[in-house]
Amino acid sequence: MSHLEVRNLSARLKRSGAPLLRDVSLSVEAGQAHGLVGESGAGKSMIGKAVLGILPRAVEITGGTIRLDGTDLLALPPAERRRRIGAGCALIPQDPLTALNPSRRIGGQITDRLVDILGWTPAAALARARALLDEVQIADPDRTLRAFPHELSGGQRQRALIAAAFAAEPKLIVADEPTTALDVTVQKQILRLIARMQAQHGTALLFVTHDLGVVSKVCTTLSVLYAGRVIEDTTVRAFFAGPHHPYAAALLAATPRCIAPDTSLLPVPEAVIAAVRAEVERGDG
Amino acid sequence: MAESLIVAEGLRLALPDLNAKPLFGPAPRIEILHGIDLTIARGAVLGIVGSSGSGKSTLGRVLLRLLEPQAGRLRFDGEDITHLPERALRPLRARMQMIFQDPMSSLNPRRRVGGIIAGPLGLHGRDAIPARVDRALDQVGLPRSFRDRYPHELSGGQRQRVGIARAIALEPDFILADEIVSGLDVSSQAQVLALLEGLVRDLGLTLAFISHDLSVVRRLCSHVIVMQRGAVVERAATAALFAAPEAGYTRELLAAIPLPDPDQPWT
Amino acid sequence: MAETAAARRPPVGLRLWLSGGWLTLLATAALLAPWIAPHNPLAQDLMLGRLPPVWMEGAEPGYWLGTDSLGRDVLSRLIHGARIALVVALVAGGLTALLGATLGLLAGYLRGRTDGVISRLVDIWMAFPPVLFSILLVAVIGPGLTAIVVAIVLIDWTRFARVVRAEAMAQGAMDYVASAQIAGRSRLSIMLAEILPNVLPTVVVLLTLEMGIAVIVEAILSFVNLSIPTDDPTWGGMIAEGRTSIHQAWWVLVFPLIALFLTVLAFSQLGEGLKDRYDPVLR
Repeated sequence: MSHLEVRNLSARLKRSGAPLLRDVSLSVEAGQAHGLVGESGAGKSMIGKAVLGILPRAVEITGGTIRLDGTDLLALPPAERRRRIGAGCALIPQDPLTALNPSRRIGGQITDRLVDILGWTPAAALARARALLDEVQIADPDRTLRAFPHELSGGQRQRALIAAAFAAEPKLIVADEPTTALDVTVQKQILRLIARMQAQHGTALLFVTHDLGVVSKVCTTLSVLYAGRVIEDTTVRAFFAGPHHPYAAALLAATPRCIAPDTSLLPVPEAVIAAVRAEVERGDG
Repeated sequence: MAESLIVAEGLRLALPDLNAKPLFGPAPRIEILHGIDLTIARGAVLGIVGSSGSGKSTLGRVLLRLLEPQAGRLRFDGEDITHLPERALRPLRARMQMIFQDPMSSLNPRRRVGGIIAGPLGLHGRDAIPARVDRALDQVGLPRSFRDRYPHELSGGQRQRVGIARAIALEPDFILADEIVSGLDVSSQAQVLALLEGLVRDLGLTLAFISHDLSVVRRLCSHVIVMQRGAVVERAATAALFAAPEAGYTRELLAAIPLPDPDQPWT
Repeated sequence: MAETAAARRPPVGLRLWLSGGWLTLLATAALLAPWIAPHNPLAQDLMLGRLPPVWMEGAEPGYWLGTDSLGRDVLSRLIHGARIALVVALVAGGLTALLGATLGLLAGYLRGRTDGVISRLVDIWMAFPPVLFSILLVAVIGPGLTAIVVAIVLIDWTRFARVVRAEAMAQGAMDYVASAQIAGRSRLSIMLAEILPNVLPTVVVLLTLEMGIAVIVEAILSFVNLSIPTDDPTWGGMIAEGRTSIHQAWWVLVFPLIALFLTVLAFSQLGEGLKDRYDPVLR
């Protein structure tokens, strides 16, 4: 049974009724990494937020189910839902700078969840935090635990956030464009770290990104989104061997491929965009 | 008319470190650029690549004389502009322009698009300003009606185009593009780069393109310099750099690019 | 979606109507005081002392809000008092804003030595206890409107300077300022064209708050009899007088208090309302 199963999830803006997610279905097996790909505004972040229960106030869910380990989260009372999500899921956010409280030390921010939600003793939580910082290959874990966010580099902050995400051994982690704010060399290190930890801890991973190159390195399956609808849902291998949908093919053509002698970076043609938009809107109502 | 538009020799720059400033007395200086040499030929597109902290953005600002180097020489179209005072630089300013990384902070949120593009034109005494603004908007592929919009009414990609329109409206000889696609997603990136490519060709621009991502410079740039910690570690024509990178750091940058091929895992 | 920003401006909200309405009423009253006040505010008639407002028992027609212990009409005094209140608000508020915002702008954008000097000045200045300062000033200059205005300006300009400096510094780091530099604008031109418009919304809000403060300071000073030396009515003076007869004639204290409260409230809401309506950066 898949660990996370989203079925027919739809969401829209409360005020204008504009659809943000259109009948989205996907599933992630335990220990598997699933990519959510699309351009900005396609709704990929929204799905992650819906699963974690942190949708913005202006957005409401209009239908569908989100099953975590068999239980439909949307059918639960809010307090129970928060408890389950808090115990079983975690987020690796996009911007390491704004995701950390600048007035608190790193150690406290990692152990928060362990002490507050899972009831660990502070001493045990701190020991676990130190072990995790080791695992994410931070040079001086003790010093980092006592440090404030602004004393660390962007890459170190992201490592600390990854440590925090894995702290409570969640079954599912949502990574929301975790390397967009990082340099290309740091990105490589962080992605390899995430992939390694995911494999080691057997965590299911929902990986949101706009970069197809990144997806090919981290995920085994993926969904491509456009304007809130899933355009293609397949394995990574099959996708890169030959994408089916013309929009997905155009996205692939727009992705850097430096080793090839012919240059890349062809913009997605207008005709393709018009076609996919028409298709998406035809599916409404 | 010099053959090379920009020539830099041994540029050094140190900036005061305000974090380490003692209560009395000046702040200690940190050397950011350790003697940079480069040449940009007329009509060339130079890629300046490096990770954050390499000094590439600082170098860009020195080339535009937004910052004054402590040592070395900088020539623009044969003229030595290393230590020119601001007043003397002003007429030259029309010939060198810049496009910025963050479309949010590079456009004044309380001015309309038309005003933003027209600003520099009035300053340098150009005539027929509305016509020039319209032409700039046409050239970047934005509808003329955008003249009356405010920046927050546009998308990120559209704001970036306004930044480009502002830069080309003055018809400069040289443009510095500082990480202009770093915040955009893949498809918008491709669009902006294609636009820039077309403009370089049609307007005969000379371009310096700063980026931390080698894959982005491949299509656009004729030459590339790779920077690390304030120094140039490699310089070559683009094709040569990608075919046979010499410096270890360049190889590291190339290897870090995630190629969309699941059969090629990162080593 | 080709609407212009002007077409999408929010409608003039209730906040703006109410605050603008009250202040317009006040301004009209102040301007036309000699003609619309039902009685001479200085005319005393002990026979008509302590008359209650018109809806209560024992009132005399024509004295709408009653009279004070010297038989002077409360409403007329209220209307005339509005003059002082508004003059102080506009002049003192305006000058404070001008001085403080200018220094703050210079310090925040030019940085360097200019900032050093101005910031030190602000720090030292803020160390003076404001109330003592104003009393000292009045003692030196002599009581009167000038003293009040000068006192308010000298005390409160630092508030503007601090805030505007911080905003100007933040603005100075923006790329559009660098862009203007590259375009070849002079520093003065950049300050006025790029930075000032972005600092203005804050200044407007602070200004309206300052106007409210000015009215209260004047009321305090006239409460302690350090305001204008003549018999002209001021709200603070009326409150002071009303204090002594609060049990026999509560209306002498209450009405000027209400007027003061509404005016200060109106000023602050006006600032917020103006910002909401006219700032193009609609969130």
